[in-house]
Parts: sequence; C-alpha cells; structure tokens
Amino acid sequence: MNRDQLINALYESIGEACVTDPGIAHIEIHANKVLGVHLVEGLEIEADELKDGIRATLVVKKNTKIDQPVRICFGLMQKTGIQKIDMNIRLEENARVAIMASCTFPNAEEIVHTMDADIDIGKNAEYIYLERHVHGTEGGINVVPKAKIHLHEGAKFRTDFELIKGRCGKIDIDYEADCERNSYLDMVARISGRADDRILINERATLRGDGAHGVLRTSIAVRDRAKAEIKNTLVATAPNARGHVDCKEVVQGEAIANAIPIVEVHHPKAHVTHEASIGSVDSKQLETLMSRGLSEDEATDLIIEGLLSPEGQPF
Amino acid sequence: MSQKSILEIKDLVLNLGEKRILDHLSLEIWPGHIHAVVGPNGAGKSTLANTIMGLKGYLDFDGDILFTKKTVKEFSVDERARQGITMAWQEPARYEGLTVRSFIRAGADDKSEQNCRHALELVGLDPKTYLSRAVDRTLSGGERKRIELASILTMEPKLVLMDEPDSGIDVEALEKIFDAIQYLKNKGTTILLITHSTTVLEKADHAFLICCGQLIEKGSVDKIMQYFGQKCIPCDHKNEPKTE
Repeated sequence: MNRDQLINALYESIGEACVTDPGIAHIEIHANKVLGVHLVEGLEIEADELKDGIRATLVVKKNTKIDQPVRICFGLMQKTGIQKIDMNIRLEENARVAIMASCTFPNAEEIVHTMDADIDIGKNAEYIYLERHVHGTEGGINVVPKAKIHLHEGAKFRTDFELIKGRCGKIDIDYEADCERNSYLDMVARISGRADDRILINERATLRGDGAHGVLRTSIAVRDRAKAEIKNTLVATAPNARGHVDCKEVVQGEAIANAIPIVEVHHPKAHVTHEASIGSVDSKQLETLMSRGLSEDEATDLIIEGLLSPEGQPF
Repeated sequence: MSQKSILEIKDLVLNLGEKRILDHLSLEIWPGHIHAVVGPNGAGKSTLANTIMGLKGYLDFDGDILFTKKTVKEFSVDERARQGITMAWQEPARYEGLTVRSFIRAGADDKSEQNCRHALELVGLDPKTYLSRAVDRTLSGGERKRIELASILTMEPKLVLMDEPDSGIDVEALEKIFDAIQYLKNKGTTILLITHSTTVLEKADHAFLICCGQLIEKGSVDKIMQYFGQKCIPCDHKNEPKTE
C-alpha cells in the first residue's frame, strides 16, 4: 500500500474518515513511518523514525489554547510486527490541548505495541488525552503503555484509555503521576477482556502539592478465561489533597479478576477514599433486559457496554 | 380454559425455602383489559408476577402457567418475553453508563430515534433531557420507573406485569403512568397491575384479591375495593404463609 492508502486503511479500521479539516491538527504513524503530519499554530511535533517505531516530541507553546482536538492515529495493518512509540509531551504554561489518539491493530496475530510517554504539564496548563484501541479478533497482541506524568501547579490532566473493540490480548499499563499544588488528575481505564486475554494495570499517583486532586478509575470486564489484575495506588502527602480510587470489575464465565486499591495518606489534612467492586452482572439488570426479549448473552453484552462506555465514567 | 383467556394460572403452588408463598392459586386474565391483583403486604402478589415472568428463584413450582393457551412453564425469561410477556419492576434496575436511548431501544421492535422520543413523551419525560442520560443513580426511582415504562411501550407486548406502579412516584408522575397504561390498553395490550393501593386498583377493569397466596375473591373493581377496604385493611391477619 502507498502512503495515502495506508492512511485511509488506518482510519477505516477505526470506523472514521481521514481528517481533512485544516483547523484540526493530526499525525498518522504506521509501524515506524510517519505518514502524515498537519500542525496548527502553537503546536510543534518532531518525529524521528527508529528501527521498530518512532520517537516523537510534542510541544504546546505557552498560552496556546488549541480549540479542536488533535488527532493521532497509530497502528499496524499487518498481522505481525513491533511498534515502539517514545513520546515526549510538553505543555508549556497556560497551554491547553486535547488529543484523541487511536491505536489500531485490526489484523493482529503477533504484534507488540509499546508506548513510553514522558508527559510534562506546565503551570495552569490543561491536557486531555483520550486513547482508543481497536484490535482484531485473534488476541495476538501485546500492548505495553507506560507513562510518567508531571503536573505543575494548577495543571489539569485527564486521560481515558479505552480498549473495548476486539480482543485486548495482553495489556500491561503502567502509569505514574506526580501532582503539584492545586493540580487536578483524572485517569480512567476501560478495558474488556475475553478468551485468554490478560489485563494488568498498575497506576500510581502522588498528590504532593497543597490542594492537589487525583482520581484513578478502572472499569474492567473479563469473560471466558480472561484474567485481570488491577493495582491503583494514590498517595497524598500534602494538606488539602483530595483523592479517590475506584475499581469496578465484572467477571463472567471462568474469568478471574483481582483489584487492589491502595491509598496512603501522609498528612492529617489530606483525604483519600477508595472503592472496589468485583462481581458478576447484576441479576435484576439482566432479567429486566431479558424481559424485553434479549438473550442472556445479548443482555450481558449491553450491560458491559454501558459499564465500559464513556458515559459510565464521566469526567 | 376459557376461550377468552390470554393467561391462565392453574393451581400454582410455590414455596420459597420452607414457606409456601403461592397456595393452589388459579386465575384467568382476559386479553385487552386492565386487571389488578390486590392484597396486603406478603400476600404473594409480587411472587405471582415474578413466577409468571419466570425470574430466577421462581421457576420451581407445581401447577401450570398457560399463555395464549400454551404452557410457558419451561420457558426462560427471554423466551417468555418473545412470546409477548414483559414486566415492570417495583424498583427498576440501574445501569451505569447505559443510556436511556440504548435501554429503550434494547427491546423495541421499532428502534428509530423517533419511536424512542415518542415513548418518552408518552410517559411525560423530555427526550432532549433524558435520551443521552445514563439509567443510573443520577435518576430518581420515579424517573427510572417512567423510563422502564417507555421501554415497554416500544416493545408493544401482549401482556405487561406491573409490580406496584405507584411506588416511589409523585402524584403528577403517577398520572403519566396511568396515561401510559391506558395507551397500552388502547393498543390492545393486557395489563396485570400488582398493587395494594386503592388508587391503582381504581384504574383496573377487573380485580383479584389474594391473601396468603390464595385467591380470596375476584370480580369487578367496586366489589374487590369494597372487600379490600372493609375486610382486608382492618384485618389483623398477619399474612404468615403456612409452613410446609
């Protein structure tokens, strides 16, 4: 496939059209090739091709408010391969950007996709990052997203990781955030596993600044023989820090899930709460939908779809 | 079995644990009418509805349930629903993240946006406000009750079992529910109201009075209302079902 065909194929696999609006910044990356880059004022992206992936630096300049979400599309159309992404993201003071990233591996049989991100969000800057994965039905994929995030004073960071379409294969998320004074962190992960998929999530955040806020939320559904292990840790070391950890897991069939929300409070004026629930689909929910004529499987799918939907995890 | 019956309960006996909840109960429901099953708390009314719908825990009984002259005893909930039976719960379920639109569409024959909007309007809820909201704890019990009824309206069932339709509902919302019940009746749907409220009973065409899982009386609403008011409400019977 040539460059344009690859770009079309990437977007087609996520059910979207190519971005043509000149007001929307976008970048398309296939394997270790940058297929397309379109920037808007105040946004800088530099990308270098590596042997198995790319290294990119994204900077949003001081006081720049980018109105339209930036689109990033990563992927591999082939069945096997490796894609390593090293991302360095920096929002300067008072900058604001939202990024909608799609990671697509529709034909994956033996693929490794790693993401190492270093994210620095400047004073009073605001960064929203939505990452949606679209995988094939074979489950032959290993996704390893890692991120180190630093929120400066008054910064806001919201992230939503979605892996619902197709088999998740093996996913191993490892995020660590450090939150300064009056910053706001909200990290959400929504993942569905089936067959012999494996889901590992390890998220840690430290609320070290006075008045820092942090929320770590995961909603996981595992079916068949899938396994999920979730460990979310929130540490508050400053006065007036506020935080919450929420793990919800729905288990069906022979699947196994475990959730460990850890909260540590090192200051008497900090307050952190946690909530974890693991269970099967509620019988009243199920029977209500079945009383409308849905089969048990259809009803279960709809309930899980709701639980894992963005509406189920409002920012 | 009468030619007119859409539903016939035949000598139903159901025990939950050691307790007999339905005790040789028989009754017939005629198509296109609003029927009410009344009785004091613990009489077995909700158990009857749950058993007709085939909910988990209500499948092991003696006797039979005939719907449109065929037994549904071995049918699962969804199989009964596909035959035309559905139910509105006393306390409707909550669904995190599932929008009102998706919930209503789930069982609808006509899944169009227009049909969803129309159903919400019939129960007095503004589609603009509600269609994209989740059927979760941010909605009151009364709102969820009306949304549940909207989903039933789009399903166009033959028989609706409505368990305590007035519970947790304010007066204005209750009127909308009664309007929707009348709308269903006008479309030819049969309604079975489960209630201990005389306000709800008044909306029925015909009623059954049960106590301790047994049929005590049946007939016109006036007759049952009189019996219920004069004999049941003052009765100090404790409604303790017989122990096996």
